[in-house]
Amino acid sequence: MTGFFVAAATESTDVGEPILNIAVFAGFVAITLVVVLRASRNNKTAADYYAAGRSFTGPQNGTAIAGDYLSAASFLGICGAIAVNGYDGFLYSIGFLVAWLVALLFVAELMRNTGKFTMADVLSFRLKQRPVRLAAATTTLAVCFFYLLAQMAGAGGLVSLLLGIDDRVGQSIVVAVVGALMIVYVLIGGMKGTTWVQIIKAALLIAGAFIMTVWVLAIYGFNLSGLLGAAADKGGDAVLSPGLQYGLTGLSRLDFVSLALALVLGTAGLPHVLMRFYTVPTAREARRSVVWAIWLIGVFYLFTLVLGYGAGALIGKDTILAAPGGVNSAAPLLAFELGGPILLGLISAVAFATILAVVAGLTITAATSFAHDVYASVVKKGKAEPGTEVRVARITVVVIGLLAIAGGIGVQGQNVAFLVALAFAVAASANLPTILYSLYWKRFTTRGALWSMYGGLGSAILLIAFSPVVSGAETSMIQGVDFHWFPLTNPGIVSIPLGFVLGWLGTITSRTPENPTIAAEMEVRSLTGYGAEEATNAVER
Amino acid sequence: MSNDAPGAATSDRATDFEQAERSEPFQRLKRSHRSFVFPLGVAFLVWYFAYVLLADYAHDVMATPVIGNVNVGLLLGLGQFVTTFAITTWYVSYSNRRLDPLADEIRADLAAGGHAEGGIR
Repeated sequence: MTGFFVAAATESTDVGEPILNIAVFAGFVAITLVVVLRASRNNKTAADYYAAGRSFTGPQNGTAIAGDYLSAASFLGICGAIAVNGYDGFLYSIGFLVAWLVALLFVAELMRNTGKFTMADVLSFRLKQRPVRLAAATTTLAVCFFYLLAQMAGAGGLVSLLLGIDDRVGQSIVVAVVGALMIVYVLIGGMKGTTWVQIIKAALLIAGAFIMTVWVLAIYGFNLSGLLGAAADKGGDAVLSPGLQYGLTGLSRLDFVSLALALVLGTAGLPHVLMRFYTVPTAREARRSVVWAIWLIGVFYLFTLVLGYGAGALIGKDTILAAPGGVNSAAPLLAFELGGPILLGLISAVAFATILAVVAGLTITAATSFAHDVYASVVKKGKAEPGTEVRVARITVVVIGLLAIAGGIGVQGQNVAFLVALAFAVAASANLPTILYSLYWKRFTTRGALWSMYGGLGSAILLIAFSPVVSGAETSMIQGVDFHWFPLTNPGIVSIPLGFVLGWLGTITSRTPENPTIAAEMEVRSLTGYGAEEATNAVER
Repeated sequence: MSNDAPGAATSDRATDFEQAERSEPFQRLKRSHRSFVFPLGVAFLVWYFAYVLLADYAHDVMATPVIGNVNVGLLLGLGQFVTTFAITTWYVSYSNRRLDPLADEIRADLAAGGHAEGGIR
């Protein structure tokens, strides 16, 4: 068996830890299920199911946002990238963090003031309801689906790493278990239950990373320079400065600029992040949420800097790359090095919890968008029977869950890193331009919105399809054929400006201006919060 | 009011939003908001991309040691964290001091029917 425990610790048996890992993970599932069941008692209206009755406080919601945002890719991926590629891994975390300023300054509060449940609520406020809603739902579902598939594929990879299950059947079973658990959480708990899962997970993840960070720093006498020196001794001086991963050719440098653009502009267009702004009673609480999220996420990324260099120094690049799971194994290997099987078990369980919480957040967002935007507004033309919308949302949760399981099993072992890049690029090129134009540009029209959303979505998918990530390179998804003509792995540098230009072009070529009365209404509402829905338990009952 | 109704927040036909939008307090709120977030937004994006381009194209500059093994690149990277935290704090204090009181005032005025003009829309 090529289990990673063999590589990590020859003195221990290689079945003891998987059982411990599963036990800790089962404990997490049991606790969160109880919380979800308790939280679900008051799920009656759509506002309860989609927006948790708007009853969360800013700090609670901020923690949940951090739980939603810090995926396994953030934790395992960035730690590993820093351990192996040094400084270049750090660049990711900076992009992921700075992006929150776009959400804080331009989007969060105005979205909360104008919408009800989904991104489409805001985008269609003063434009033609049905086409704009349909377009916004399409981009929402696309982003959720790409992100979901990447997380499910990650779950399979994590299993081989943490539980020592290498065969396809075993991995598929675990993917199915993760998917089934996620369906249960979202079906029963709705937004309230999902939010609590995310809060618990964020607390565990940040606490775990904090303990390991202090531990690593203690080894080097709390001297950052000493830690960096040790990392450089083991991995070469190059790990301390940029260039190891992206500095090789002119093309890879340009690729990095493209990635940086997608990261910084994508976050404020991620539908599962935007939807979290509706779970708080006021715009002021939405602002507090983002502030909490920025601090938690920022501090967490500072931890990953220490953990990444710590793994590079204590374990070494070659051992990490040789372990099953490769780059992603840096954090678990470090946990084992520091605290033996117990800390490894805890960190592994946290990594699973992370996938579960992120997947649940994506699923409820996709289900809400389908039920609220497509079913109630477009299919039923706003005349759905009361209660049917939530029923449709619940059915959608099951369908999406099954699709995610099937997709997750289908893409096992594939190179799916591009799916996350694609999700961010679509969010930045299809969603963000329309969000900013509708909130800040009074002349913006339906045609501008449609051109920008479909153009951004279409160009991002097209460019990825004809890029080296799909064909023509050693790491491509499809081997043996080469139909790529777009040289970069991230489409952002082309598709994001295109999304903005199309929005502008569509607007200035529109013959029919939009209704100025509703434009004025949207502007007044978005800035003052007049008429925004408050917590349902205070207003509706 | 049914909570299942689609659409954004329910439309309010009794309020003349165009008049409210033209009113002096609202224009002041809009100016205060935009004159704060737009320059700040441009500033942090320029600073972020300056950093990205330096990291991407000026490896030697970034590799210059400053204190022990801590080099320019690491300090600039940590600087991104510091500015993000600082801008967050600054924006919150500005909103609390300048934007929220104005928004509260306009909202109270609207709720009291200050811009009512029944039936228009």
